[in-house]
Parts: sequence; structure tokens; C-alpha cells
Amino acid sequence: MSSLTLGNRIKSENVTIQASRLRPNTISSGHRACQGCGEALAARCAIDAAYEAANGKIILVNATGCLEVFSCATPENAWKIPWIHSLFGNAPAVASGVAAALSNQKRNDIRIIAQGGDGSTYDIGMGCLSGMFERNDDVLYICYDNQAYMNTGVQRSGATLPFTRTATTLPNSKYMGNDPQTGKNVPQIAMAHGIPYVATASIGHIHDLEQKIAKAVQINGARYVHIHVPCPLGWGFEPSKTVKIAKLAIKCGLFPLFEAENGKVTKSTPIDEVIAVDDYLKAQRRFAHLFSKSASPDPLSFLQKIADKNIEKYGLKKGISNE
Amino acid sequence: MNKPFAVVLDASTSLCNKTGSWRTKRPEYITRLPPCNSACPAGENIQQWLYFAIEGKFFDAWKVMVERNPFPAVIGRVCYSMCEKACNRAITDGAVNINLLERSIGDLAIAKGWEFEKNANYPGKKILIIGAGPSGLSAAYFLKKLGHEVTIYDNHKKPGGMMRYGVPRYRLPNNVLDTEIKRIVNFGVKIICDKKIDDICAAIKEFDAVYIAVGASIALKPDVKIESGSNIVDAVGLFQKLENEDKDLPYLGQTVLVCGGGNTAIDAARSSLRLGAKNVKIIYRRTIDDMPANENEIGEALAEGIEILCLRTISKVDKNKIFVDKMNYDREASILSKSGELEILYADSVIFAIGQSVDKDMFSNIEGINVSENGVIEVDENMMTEIPGVFAGGDAISGKRTVTHAIAWGKKASNYIDAYLRSTKVTKPPKNEVITFKRLNVAYYTKNPRKNVFIPMDISFKEKDTSYSGKKIIEEASRCFSCGNCFHCDNCYGYCPDGTIIKHKDGSLEFNYDYCKGCGICASECPCGAIKMIEE
Repeated sequence: MSSLTLGNRIKSENVTIQASRLRPNTISSGHRACQGCGEALAARCAIDAAYEAANGKIILVNATGCLEVFSCATPENAWKIPWIHSLFGNAPAVASGVAAALSNQKRNDIRIIAQGGDGSTYDIGMGCLSGMFERNDDVLYICYDNQAYMNTGVQRSGATLPFTRTATTLPNSKYMGNDPQTGKNVPQIAMAHGIPYVATASIGHIHDLEQKIAKAVQINGARYVHIHVPCPLGWGFEPSKTVKIAKLAIKCGLFPLFEAENGKVTKSTPIDEVIAVDDYLKAQRRFAHLFSKSASPDPLSFLQKIADKNIEKYGLKKGISNE
Repeated sequence: MNKPFAVVLDASTSLCNKTGSWRTKRPEYITRLPPCNSACPAGENIQQWLYFAIEGKFFDAWKVMVERNPFPAVIGRVCYSMCEKACNRAITDGAVNINLLERSIGDLAIAKGWEFEKNANYPGKKILIIGAGPSGLSAAYFLKKLGHEVTIYDNHKKPGGMMRYGVPRYRLPNNVLDTEIKRIVNFGVKIICDKKIDDICAAIKEFDAVYIAVGASIALKPDVKIESGSNIVDAVGLFQKLENEDKDLPYLGQTVLVCGGGNTAIDAARSSLRLGAKNVKIIYRRTIDDMPANENEIGEALAEGIEILCLRTISKVDKNKIFVDKMNYDREASILSKSGELEILYADSVIFAIGQSVDKDMFSNIEGINVSENGVIEVDENMMTEIPGVFAGGDAISGKRTVTHAIAWGKKASNYIDAYLRSTKVTKPPKNEVITFKRLNVAYYTKNPRKNVFIPMDISFKEKDTSYSGKKIIEEASRCFSCGNCFHCDNCYGYCPDGTIIKHKDGSLEFNYDYCKGCGICASECPCGAIKMIEE
């Protein structure tokens, strides 16, 4: 038996909500996410955990994106809980409004969650999000990061990794995919607002994801949880490999798992055995051009440096935790 | 559309969208054969009893053991654990200590006085078994389970065969063996000792079937020149006298030379030490790596100070002067030749342990029971001799002479005999595919290296007590990967992006194919390879 699996037939401690027969299943079957969708999995894990932590009293505000499209295509709705969608970029603002309305009615028992993909978070809704953060509105914002606009055909976003091949960053004689000089780091931007809680999580580590969401739900003020969600179609891997890819991203250091409170990193999840970024990148067709015979080794060492920096910055090497 | 203000869609209406139609491959829960079970000569369902042991259900675990093996406490001591060599965990941090767990649970059964469950005793046939060794006793147990009336004749003072007269007591104490045999007697098997079968043919007439399990009790004579006055001892005879507490033990002296490379040779050497010899050497013709004896036994013998002289054979024994030929061995070509170099050793006695054969004389005047040149009884594919209804098995027909193999023969024979008595044929159930290491997702198992229990042993006939109890059994059993068999980790259930798996109250899982899109995450995140994707 093992404590690394989601459930355990013998012990009741250290098992995930996802392994429970009575989990809330806040998002129902029949949704239209692609086969092996990391986002669909992440959404159920995160919102189920939030539902449990808030005793079932949550309202979801969704930005436009894959999640919105696959979960609520009229006349079908996959959600079991109150859910509202307005525009691509205004989810944080709508959530702020819902929070203000409820606070006015003294309904402090209801928790508000806004959620969106990296497109609405990094690019289109950045202004609204920053506003929600600086006002410290009582909203938990969850970003499902699949590192491009998947729903419209894999165009680059501000979250796209350097050298990624997307529909708008095709490798050519000038660029090896996405320009490495571009992109931003929203968890760091959120921290810079000094909000009470920022965390990164991944579907490769559901125990950790559930704990972080549960913690975030119970804190007052603006909170931000960033979840890494591999996309089989957009990244180019077999749908069965979604969780494996997520685990590889954690293990190579390209996706660091950490928590920050009031702008400071307070905790990080150390990596058992650090692997080279190549092992993660090679498994995806969006990086296949970096492994062609004629490819320069520079992009790989550039990406390796990012991973190395993360490992150092967040103390991801076992035994040298940042705690 | 009478909905409250601003509500446009009802909850969970997506359920009408049966996304199962997208699927090209379907996941299915399957069982694959764990390598331990596959490697076990007796076909024990090791994974299954470990599953119960992890839950602390030791009685259930024991019941699974005795479905295939009526001697858990014995086998837990004397088996050479092919299961552990096959264990997939051996590739990561050391095989599960299956042998020790079997012994521990076997000992627990003895301490608690667990008995075999008596089944409805419908009138079966009368069967005679000749020989109360592991094969005969196991056949008796399985035939009794099938509802037959079984009688065993044995020509020794006590039942047990090679378990008693071939395995020294420091490896298998008598009380353990006696209790496990007693349990078979309590089950309803009649054992009559000190009974020689002078006329097998006459006995056959009284019974519906006979199983000959007389073992291979005659020590092979070495092809060595032996001058008169030399002190030659055969290992089998020595053990027998030792067991019967015979006062008239052969003289071994201070310096003993044992010739042979099997377990019997090691047992003989270690027993000599215990009988007072100071200087014991084993002579073997090939290298130490080629010795058929069990590695652990060799290791323990070396630890006790026994010297193993490899690449040597004895050519002549002249009183206490032993003439030894040094050998050359080309393992790849499997060619063994004399190097021409000679060596002279001195010893008070020489023990030969170079193999055994069936007692040919026993069958010399019986037509239909033939003993081959290799010293084994000839049988057909149903284990039957030329006499209808007379079967043979165990060491008497096979070259692989271990207690575990003998127990396996007993079980096999019981099936053939039962089929013969019912005029049916033995149908072998299809064997599931054996699960290899590659099919496992070992990232989900916490690291927990094997703890090798090594308790230094006094040089005496007392056994060293290494059995685990309660918590420690659970701890070690928990190292099992449960290869190819669902152990209810709920990974498939938790990781399904479409929530298509139904978890029932008892923890069992079921796919809801209405919504399963066939992504295969369940199969790839299953730690133990118990889900298969099938093309549709």
C-alpha cells in the first residue's frame, strides 16, 4: 500500500477527496472536454475541494475559455452549483461584484470563486484581476494554466513557454517557436500585490492541490491559485499521458509548487528526484522542433536554466526547503 | 421555462450528452497473473494472501494459503522461494519477504490452532497413498477435500518423509511438522506408519486408486574407488538415524569432507558441524555459482565456517587419505574436464550427497510399474503408471526434488486421480498473462527497502526464531505491489477527467461506458496494471 495513490483501502488519513465515494462531483459527466483533458480533471478536483471546505456554499464565476465552453454549452450545463459566465476578461470584476452583493446581504458563509484559463488570466482579464487583487476583494481566483488559447486552436498566450510551437508561433528561420523574450509570471504578479494567499498546484499532485484549495477557500481577501493543466491536443501527447506529463513538469522544475502568504513564499514542495527538462519536453510535440537533428541546443539549455532557477529560488531540492 | 430570476440552465443537464460515443478504446478491469504466483511450483495465490495480510486478516490469508498448500509453516521454512526471485519489487528495492511471511502466518495458525474447514463429506472413493512425505500428504489433503476417503501407508516410524528425514531440525523443528501433519489427520486422513507394502497388487484391489509417493530414498553410489577401511557415510542414512535418535550414529570425526553441491550436501555439512566436527569441507565439481543448493543455505554454511572447495572431484578414498582431481569447467560450453592436477586431502569421514533414486527393489516384481534408468517411476501424462488406477508422483517421478515441488505434485495427482475416478478429464483453467515490471506504474509505491532479517545462529539443532507477528506481518506484506490485481487505490476513480467511474459502497469500481471517452488515464495511472484498454 502506498500514501502516494489517491485513495487507500485501509487507511482513512492522507487520502484525497477525489478518492471518496461521496465526493461532491461538482462538475458532472457529459461535459464536452476533449479526451484526457487536464483542465476538466483539475476543475473537478479544485471545486470539489472548495465545495467541501465551504460546506457546499460556493458561487462560481467563469471567464470565457475551454472550461466555460465545455462545461456549459446551452442547453446543457455540467455544473451542480451556482455558476455564472459574463465575458472573457471580466470574471474577476464580476466575482468582486458578487462578493460585494453578498457582503451587503451579510451572507459571509458563501464563498466566491472566479476561474479562467491562462488566456483570460494572463492577457484579457489581467486588468480586472489586478483590480480585484489590489482591492483585496473576498474572492478566490483559480487559473487553469494550459499555456495557450486551446479552445480557439492553440494560439500563444502570455503563459506560453519560450520556444513553444503554437499556431501563432510556428518555428521558422527567425524563431524557434515562441519568442523567449516574451511572457510573464502571474503567480509572481499576484504576490507583488501582497494578497493574503498565492499558491501553485498541479493535477500531478492532487493531495497538494486539494490542501491548497481548502486552505485558500478559508482565507478572507483576494487569493490566487494557479493550476498546471496539461492539454493533450494543444501540447501534442497521448490523452492517457495527461497526469504523467503534469508529474514530469513538476519533477523537472519547470512548474514549481509553492505557497506564498502576503507576498512571501512560505512553503514549497520539494522534488524527490529532479529530472532534466528534456525528459519533460521530449514527451510533447509542441517542443518536437527542439529535438530535430539540425536544432540548436540553445533553447533546451535556456529552458533548463529556467528550471534550475526555479529549483534554486523555491528551494525544490529535497532537504533544502524554503520553509 | 419557469425558472427563478437569472437562472437559465438546470444543474447537471450535461448528463444527457452521452460522451461514451466518442470512444475508440474501452478500459476494462482485468486480473493479470502476478509473477510470484506464476513462479510458485505449488501455484499458491501469494498476491491474494498478502492482500488479506495487509488488512490484518490473517485467518483469511491462511485460508488462501491452504487452498494450494497444506503446509504453510513448513514451506515458510524450507521453500527456496522462487516467488521472491520473480517478485517485481526485486527490481526496485528488494523482493517482498514472502517466505518469512508465509512462515509467520503458518506459525500463527499453529499458535491459534486453526484447522482445515471440513466440507460436506459426500461418499467418495477409497484411495491408498503409499508414502507419507510431502507429496503423499498433500495428495491426501486435496483428495480428502474433494470428498474421498484416504489412507496413507508409510514404512517409517513417523510420517513426514523427507520433511522429517531429509531436512535437518535446525531448519524445520519437529513440533512444526508434527502440528501440520496432525492437522491433516484431524481433517480425516488416516495415516498408518511402520507399514511396508509387500504386495502392492493386493493392496490395489482393496482401493479404488493408489498413489505411489515413495520419494527417492536410495542414495546414489559414487563412482569412486574406495579402499577397505575407509569411513564412508551417506547423507540420507545419516539424517534418518539422526531423526530416529539412533544411538548408533556413524562416526564422523573431527574432519569431515562432504561431496556434492545440492541442498543435501549443505545440510550434511552443517549437520556434521552440529555433531561435533571441527573442520568441514564441501567438495563440488563446478564453481560455487553453479551449485544447485540454495544461495541462502550456501551463505549460512560459509558463515558457519564451512569451506567450499570448488572445481574438484574425489577420485579415490583410501582410509583417511582422499585423492582429489582438480577440474576445468567451461560454463558456456558446459564442458567439465579433469585438469590433470591432483590434490590429497585428509579426513576422518567422507559424506556423499550426490543424489538419490527410487528404491527399485520395491517394484521389481510388479508388472506395470517401471523404474527408468534415471531412477524415476515412469508415468503417462496423467501421472498414471501402466496399471490403471495406480498413479505415481513427487520425487519418485521428478528430478526437481524440493518439498514445494512435491506438494505441487500431490495437488496435481489429486486432480488426475479424482478425474480418473469420475471418468472425466482434468481441464486446466486458462492462465492469465503474467504481469511484467513494465506494466506497473511504480511511482505510486512509497520507497521501503527490504529488511533482511539476519539473526546469527548458534551452531546447534535449535531453530532460530525469525517469525514476524501482527504489525510486522502487515508492514512487510504492505510492500506487495499487488501486481496485476486491483488493490483499491482509487487512482482510476480519482483521475478520470469525466467522472465516469462508479465507486460502490464496498469499494468496488465500475466503468460507466455512457460517458467514458476512452482517454486511458485510468489505465496509465493504475499502479498495478489492472486496467486494460481494449480496441472497440
